Amino acid sequence: MEIRIESISKSFGDVRALVDVTFDVNAGELFGLIGPDGGGKTTLFRILTTLMLPDSGNAVVAGYPISDYQAIRRSVGYMPGRFSLYPDLTVEENLKFFASIFGTTVEKNYELIRDIYVQIEPFRDRRAGALSGGMKQKLALCCALIHRPKVLFLDEPTTGVDPVSRKEFWEMLDRLRQDGMAILVSTAYMDEASLCDRVALIHQGKILTTDTPANITVTFGRPLYAIRTSNVYEVTRDIESYAYARTIYPFGEHLHYTDKREKPDPIELEDFLRGKGHHDIELTAIEPTIEDAFMELAETHSQILTQ
Amino acid sequence: MKTIFHLLKKEFRQIFRNRAMLPILFVMPAVQLLVLSFAATFEVKNISLHIVDNDQSSLSRDLTQKFLVSDHFKLTGISFSSDEALDDMQRHNTDVILHIPEHFERDLVRNQKAKLMLSINAIDGAAAAVENAYATTIIHDFNENIRIRMADQISLTGQPKVLSVTQSFWFNPELDYKTFMVPGILVLLVTMIAIFLAGMNIVREKEIGTLEQINVTPIKKHQFIIGKLLPFWILALVELGVGLIMCRVIFGIGVAGSIWVVFLFAAVYLLVVLGIGLFISNFTHTQQQAMFLSWFFMVIFILMSGLFTPIDSMPHWAQVITEFNPVRYFVEVMRMVMLKGAQLPDILPQLSKLLVYALVMNGLAVAGYRKVA
Repeated sequence: MEIRIESISKSFGDVRALVDVTFDVNAGELFGLIGPDGGGKTTLFRILTTLMLPDSGNAVVAGYPISDYQAIRRSVGYMPGRFSLYPDLTVEENLKFFASIFGTTVEKNYELIRDIYVQIEPFRDRRAGALSGGMKQKLALCCALIHRPKVLFLDEPTTGVDPVSRKEFWEMLDRLRQDGMAILVSTAYMDEASLCDRVALIHQGKILTTDTPANITVTFGRPLYAIRTSNVYEVTRDIESYAYARTIYPFGEHLHYTDKREKPDPIELEDFLRGKGHHDIELTAIEPTIEDAFMELAETHSQILTQ
Repeated sequence: MKTIFHLLKKEFRQIFRNRAMLPILFVMPAVQLLVLSFAATFEVKNISLHIVDNDQSSLSRDLTQKFLVSDHFKLTGISFSSDEALDDMQRHNTDVILHIPEHFERDLVRNQKAKLMLSINAIDGAAAAVENAYATTIIHDFNENIRIRMADQISLTGQPKVLSVTQSFWFNPELDYKTFMVPGILVLLVTMIAIFLAGMNIVREKEIGTLEQINVTPIKKHQFIIGKLLPFWILALVELGVGLIMCRVIFGIGVAGSIWVVFLFAAVYLLVVLGIGLFISNFTHTQQQAMFLSWFFMVIFILMSGLFTPIDSMPHWAQVITEFNPVRYFVEVMRMVMLKGAQLPDILPQLSKLLVYALVMNGLAVAGYRKVA
């Protein structure tokens, strides 16, 4: 096990950033920490990378307790959410600098970063500040990998990156995992969760669940319907007055609907909406996604809190 | 050691890649030395003078003439009424009014005594004091001449001998303000490089987030701090060298003492100033905050350094504060070594105080610097 987190809590004044967080990440595993902004993801990263001390709880990273910060700093790679390389140094200079402060050279670990580095190599003499968003992330990943860490921490690596670069980025992570590296990656994009081996859903500092993406969607456990309509607002309002309606969430141009009954009656719902004057609607049964599971769990979580 | 070397390499690369840096290092000091050294002078020239001559005698004309031949005064008006002269002062046309009352000559000849009045615009107190001194000197001179002349005329044999005092200024025989100011201005230049650039450089890493990345590396606290401060220590010493060369070439002011003493003192002094810069960077999160805080200290340090106003004329509590002002010691030592030719033993008191200061300041700064938040 490369990361073991045992009931870590951290508060900033009255704000409870992390509440009793516990999970493990194995070697060769791509582990996703999924949750909205302000959920406590970055705080957990800062604790695991020894930049911050937890109020309570323990963690072991790469075989060292987090109090042994010197050992951990030698064996982990960290890519903060904010681009944090030297914008006035070139691509190559940044890479060489980070290699040298870890007491290694770019040549020694070149094959580890080769697949990524070849994509930015044409710009090796360009200053890092002048790179595009996707290029910056690739360079940051190279710099975080250059000392061949055992554990890699990536804090929202794909935020603000275009879809093509995002896809490439995840393909690279997949390759690194196959090398046996433990990777903890956080993201607010629910669609990226399915690319992880296992995910933990985090909300308001609490881990809602930890499982494989497939299992999480299975535990959703209810029939789910997508409603397509041109009038999202009106339809949402009307469905809320439908007697059997349980939840209704907007998902892009669709609405996701669950029913209070075990076996919902889609025809009845369609009739109900027609009766309200909505004619251009389309109702289809769909498989739940991680995002549906997240909304469901977050809802239950807040209900527990309010009770 | 190797890590520090890599950090230094990176730091110098960044410093010289910054387009603004070379002008800051070489043009700014040149401009400051040239402009400040000529402008920051206490000599008062072209004092506008208004004479109210109500006597119109030969003696009053003599006195007027004496003022007119002086370089310091230029006549802006002559009138017969004090009101008119004061109006003139209200309109900022004149700084000094000399009132010569009626019967000035008669009283002087008959009673051996006469009165004159000087009115001086004291909005600028320092200038007023200098103007007063100039005018008094001229009147005093005039008085001497009269006595001698009258003694001739009356042939009084029992006239007491006049004791005259002459002055000579050491180390700066012509009381040239440039000689006095230039060493001090050099101190300012070196201080500015150290306090602003070093402090802001560290805060910049905080601001752009690279500090967080650096903190997750095996770089040790002392390595990082040395890597940050050493470049500016070197640059400031280079800057001092450039400044000293400019002093010699442009102003003809060489170092009377040993140049090594100057550099030795500067080396210790810079440790103090860099420590202050580092200390400031511990408590600030943006370059803007660091800039304002540095300015706060800079202004106090400069105004209380004895560079512009003598420390001896400050109130006692202010003099005590200047004991904690590193700039004060460097200004003192620069003047001592450059003008007076002081040797190492002469500056030992200042040097030892600064050494202690450097240790305390850097100790505080290093203790305050946290790698773990």
